Parts: sequence; C-alpha cells; structure tokens
Amino acid sequence: MSFMKLKLGAAAAVLIGASVLPAAAQDSIYVPLLTYRTGPFAGSGIPIADGMHDYLRMLNERDGGIGGVKIAIEECETGYDTKKGVECYESIKGKNPAVVNPYSTGITLQLIPKAAVDKIPMLSMAYGLSPSADGNIFPWIFNPPVTYWDGASVFIKHAAEKEGGLDKLKGKKIGLIHLDAPYGKEPIPLLEALAKDLGFELKLYPVTAQDMQNQGSLWLSIRRDRPDWLYLQGWGAMNPTAVKEAVKAGFPMNKMVGVWWAGGDDDARGGGAEAKGYKSLDFHAVGADFGVIKDIQKHVVDKGLSKFPKEKLGENLYNRGVYNSMLIAEAVRTAQQITGKKAVNGEDVRKGLEALNITEARLKELGMEGFAAPVKVSCEDHNGHHKVFVAEWDGTKWQKASDWIEPLKDKVRPLIEAGAKDYAEKNTGWPKRSESCAKQS
Amino acid sequence: MFYREAGQFKTSYAADMAVFPLRQDRIGLAAIIAVAYAVAFTGSDFLLQAVLIPFLIFALAAIGLNLLTGYAGLLSLGTGAFMGVGAYACYKLTTAFPGVNFVVWVLVSGLFSAGIGVFFGLPSLRIKGFYLAVATLAAQFFLQWCFNRVPWLYNYNVSGAIDAPLRTLFGVPIVGPTATSQTRYLVVLTLVILLTWVASNLVHGRIGRMWMAIRDMDIAAELMGIKLLQSKLLAFAVSSYYCGVAGAMMVFFWYGGAEYNVFDINQSFIVLFMIIIGGLGSLIGSFFGAALIFMLPIALGIILPAILDPFGLSIGSDTIEHLRFIILGALIIFFLIVEPHGLARLWQIGKQKLRVWPFPY
Repeated sequence: MSFMKLKLGAAAAVLIGASVLPAAAQDSIYVPLLTYRTGPFAGSGIPIADGMHDYLRMLNERDGGIGGVKIAIEECETGYDTKKGVECYESIKGKNPAVVNPYSTGITLQLIPKAAVDKIPMLSMAYGLSPSADGNIFPWIFNPPVTYWDGASVFIKHAAEKEGGLDKLKGKKIGLIHLDAPYGKEPIPLLEALAKDLGFELKLYPVTAQDMQNQGSLWLSIRRDRPDWLYLQGWGAMNPTAVKEAVKAGFPMNKMVGVWWAGGDDDARGGGAEAKGYKSLDFHAVGADFGVIKDIQKHVVDKGLSKFPKEKLGENLYNRGVYNSMLIAEAVRTAQQITGKKAVNGEDVRKGLEALNITEARLKELGMEGFAAPVKVSCEDHNGHHKVFVAEWDGTKWQKASDWIEPLKDKVRPLIEAGAKDYAEKNTGWPKRSESCAKQS
Repeated sequence: MFYREAGQFKTSYAADMAVFPLRQDRIGLAAIIAVAYAVAFTGSDFLLQAVLIPFLIFALAAIGLNLLTGYAGLLSLGTGAFMGVGAYACYKLTTAFPGVNFVVWVLVSGLFSAGIGVFFGLPSLRIKGFYLAVATLAAQFFLQWCFNRVPWLYNYNVSGAIDAPLRTLFGVPIVGPTATSQTRYLVVLTLVILLTWVASNLVHGRIGRMWMAIRDMDIAAELMGIKLLQSKLLAFAVSSYYCGVAGAMMVFFWYGGAEYNVFDINQSFIVLFMIIIGGLGSLIGSFFGAALIFMLPIALGIILPAILDPFGLSIGSDTIEHLRFIILGALIIFFLIVEPHGLARLWQIGKQKLRVWPFPY
C-alpha cells in the first residue's frame, strides 16, 4: 500500500521520460546554458544569462551558427541552487551537449567527477575549483582565463605596486572579506602562502549566506583591526552591502579591491557617490563600444530577440556573459578545425578547448579588440593564468585603472598542481588521464 | 467491484492483525515493488537519477520526520541537520575505513545521527509544540555551523565540500562517478523498502502505540505506565536514524558530493511540508508528500513547454520556474482545503469509496 504512489509515480515518470527524449539533431550543435534568472542571486545572474544567450544567438543570426552549423541554445534554470543544477545536468546530458557551463562553484564541484564519465567537457570560466586548471588530472574541466588564485595574486601585486614594492608589504595587514562557502574560501590557501612569503598579516572576515546583507558586526572588527588593504570575494547581495558598509566605516575606497565577481555595476552603485574609487579585478572591458556588442545590438537586440534592456548593453556582467560565450564558440570552432567535423560533440569540443588559442588577430576579427586579452590553453594548463586588469568605479561606471597585470604564476602553479594531486588522492579511484593531447593542425 | 474483501475470511489472530488484511492490497503491493524494480532496467538515466532516486530518498527522510512529528507528536525543524550528520558521518567512516562495505557504513552512519538526535531531543520532556521546534532549530543552526567550520569533518578539503569516492558492492561500483544510475537506484530502492518495512513494523507494534498515546495526550499516557522520557528519546533516535540514512544516501547516491549549505533550514522545511501535505502519522503519506513536493515541479517543467509549444508559445526557463512555484503553491492550498489531513487521508477515502463501488449505500 505504501508503495502505490511509487508505482503511479514511476509509471507517470516513464511516460514523461519517453515524451521528452531529445531530438538528437545532427545538424546543430547543442549548447545548454545553466543560468539563474530567479532566486536571491538573480540580480547577478540575469545579465550574465542574457550576455551568454545573446552572443550565441548573434552568431546564429549573423553567420548562421559556427562553421555553418546552427547552435541549438537551451537555458536551464538553476536558481543558483546545487540541487536544481544537478537536475539540469541530468536532463541535458543525454542530448549530446557540446560543453556545459554550470555557472556556480557549488554546481561545478558536483559535476567535476561526472564530466570524465559522461564525456562532456565543462567550462567554468574563472570560477569553480582552482586546482582543476591542471589538465593532467582534470582533462575534462577548463577554467580559463584565470583562477581565483591568480586573481588574489594580482590583487597582492596591485597592493604592492601602490605601496612601493613587494617587500613593502611586510608587516601590513590585508583583510579578506569572503562568502563563507566554497566559492568564498577559494583564495585563502594562496593568500596564506603569500602571507608567509611576503610577511604580511592575513585577516579573514567570513560572511555567511544568511548574513549577506547584515555585515554590521563584521565591519566593527574591520574598524578595530584597521587592515591596510581589503580584498572582497563576494557574490550577489553581499557585494553592494560590503561596499555600502565600507563607505559608512570610512574605509579608504581605493584600498578595497573586489574579485571580478564583485565588479557588477550594481555592486558599486550600492555605495552611492562615495563608492568612487572602489576597485575590482576584471579580464574583459566594459562598455558597448566594441564591434561585437554593436553586432549583438544590430542582429539580436534590435530584432527583439533579447530579453536584455537595450540601454544597459555593455554593463560589466553582460559583457562577461558575452566573453563566456565567445570562449564556447571559439572552442567549437577549434574543434571543427581539428576534427574536420561540422556538428561536433563533447569529445571534439574537449580537444577544441585544449587547443584553444585566441590571438590578438583573432580577437580583432571577432570585434573584440581591446575587449579582452589573448587566451591560450594547453593540455597541461587548462587555465592559462592570463593577465587581469584593475578597474575603478568613477561614481557612474567602471574605468580601466591599470595595465594588464600578469598573475604570480610561479607562486600559483605549484599550488595548483599540489591541490590537484591532493584532490585525486582523496578521491580513490580517480581515473588517470587517458585522453590524448590534441594539437591544432 | 474488484476491490472487495467478500469471501476473505480471517481464521487466525495473526491474519486479523496483519498490516495488509486484504488480498488485493497484498497483490497491489507486490506489483508495485515488481514495477519499481523493473523500472531500473527500462527507465532512462534522467528518470532514475534525477527523479526516482531523489524521490525515494526524500520519502525516507519524510518517514523519519513522520515517525517523530506524525506518530510521537514532537515537532522538529532539525531534519536537514540530522540528514547532514548522517552524510558527514558516512563520509568520515568510508574515508577512514575504505575496506568496509559501503552499505554497512550507510546504515551505521544513521546511528551517529540518532545519537545527536537524542541529545537535541532532551528538552522534549519539558517543552512541546512551538517551543520544541525552536530547540530543534538550534540543532539545525549549530550543526550546519559545524559542517562549515570544523574542517576535520570534510577531511580538510580545500573546497570545503565532501565528495563521493568510488565504492563497490559485489565488484560493481555503487558510489562515485563511475556508478551507473541503475545500480544506485537498485541500492536505494532496496534500502528504502527495507527501512520502510522496519518502520511499518515499529509503528504497528508496541512502540508505535506508545508514541501515538503520547501524541494524543501525554499525561494520560504517563498514567497508563508509558515512560515519557524514554519513549520520546526513542522517537528522536529512530527518527534521526532514518533522516541520517536518508542524508547519507542523498550525498552518495544522488549528488555525488555536497557542501554544508545543502543541509540548510530549507531542507528541513521541505521535508516538513512533505509530511504535512502527505499526511501526518502515515507512512504512505510520506511517499505521497515526497512525490507531490519533489516530482511535481519536475513534471511541470517538462509538461508545461510540451503543452504550450504547439500553440507557438515558447516560454523561457525562468517563466517555467515561476509557473512551477505558482502551480505547486496553488495545488498545496487546494489539497489542504479539500483534505486537511493530507493526501494519505484522501487515499483512504478513495479506497473506501472503491470498496462499495458501483453500489454506494
């Protein structure tokens, strides 16, 4: 009796399952996008989702897809919730996806072990697990152009430059305000290692998810500790709150630097006029004065195919979505070149990602000159540890405030390899890399 | 017409007291179990991994909470945390002793959860209702804090998350990325059936009657000779055991890994909603509730676009998400108006009607 519902449920589910079997069309490339337009993180999620969607849509409208093959774009709503993200993944994995973008560090961590088994490459662009940059241990995971550890090292470099050299950091206090979750804790190991090397003192200020908008007590301890620099690794509602609190506490805004995910226009806007000077790392430009954004406007937005408000085109997180989709498209294009196939599958795109080499010339062709730095990925290095710049909020919009800064790769890379080895050891039975290294012909 | 007990005579006390006195019920149950096992070999990956496995796990957690809240009348908001204790205990055990059969560790990890449950159940002798709910809420926050801040629990992983290593049963991987959803489903199904059977025997026996006596009036129960402290703590222990096993299965057979915030207060509320909608004090209600709260949104996500597409209405994934919430909310209100005692009561009424059909009197 207790099991009657089980039967009904099972029968119903069988029917449902049968009716939604994917139309495995061979004449298109299926690119699922895991996005979140609902829930507490929707404010950050919507511009990214629109940016990713609009770029791919623009390729379909302007060029008829990639290499003449249309892209089948499908969004799956995760709400930034790991449970729903895994459900999304299960629902798309049978449809022969070219690449998966989880767009949440939590979901990425769940999917990392599955990628190799299901033969679906995963692109976690500048988020996810930093050690997954080691291609020898994580052949299916890619996180270009930079890891959180690179970001933190660039922040240290920037601080050192302003202080007058790396040796001047000795005895300084550097604070890390971070979301108390895997995402927020990511930069800690690197900052701890650097603190030991350079002799500065690291102070941690964790913010739990339920206290994102209630940081009063945290800022009391920041006032007491008087750190010289602050690094903000936050997401969603936590960022504008931190900026607002920093203004209230009278913290010098030009000494507070956010990771790229703390660089939304709305994050800085939260602090009002006094937030001027707040900085954030970035790996792509802001603004609509690029060929690619103009093309999106012409082919997608003006035709009413986008959900994004026209006047907000070129905002930071929207451009990040565009950048993410550019990586997808270029990986697919590279895969087509390597394999000679038109409709590429996940295994081909994995090769394409490993051979990814977006040069300055290619960026120009894409209408992205000055929009981003060149990106190169190799079989060993699935990240590239590319250059990052510091952007500064001028009160109304983000301005580029530094040159492209090279991360401290010699400090980051050994930690990445050690972290990856540690991960594989803790997961007994972690498969050895059997995928051959693909080179661009 | 078909569902009628005429001609079925009970000739022994045992037959009279059977959980399923009607032959039709027994046949139905056997058929359901057979179908449930058959699905493992015919269902798609999505159906098994994203629909049925989580459904069974939530049903088990709901049974756990139902034993406490539905049978013993003790309201708890700590279900999520107790599930977490099971998951983290199982992770620690299996990484410390990888040689031991994993299914053993799943069942043992529930014991840790039971121990913690008893500890946080201690106030239940003195406080009831909302006050007890607040006490268990403390368990929820404290334990969740531990999952995040005690790095020993997740073996000092950089990511702060626990993940499922490869484990085999009879040489076949059942846990870890290489395990197929089929084998996972078979393990989960077998464990859930086994534990449901145990729970059914518990609630139909002396212990269950003790709990129900306490639920209905604890002073009267005490006067009848039921020891309140022991019975209430036993309810907490058994309930937390079930939740702990469900939590361990959730991480290892469903997610494949978890962070501390998987076991947050929302998890507790979801399970509580399941037993309220399904029916308090009913095992089958736990299954109904889990089905309605967990499977309905998934079904809606699939059905809605299928219905709307032919009309040329293509709706975005976010709109579907909003519609899911709206429809689910409306259905919950509808069911609670139609039958405040939950789906289990509706099921009972339906069966009663069926017995006299087609000639109701």
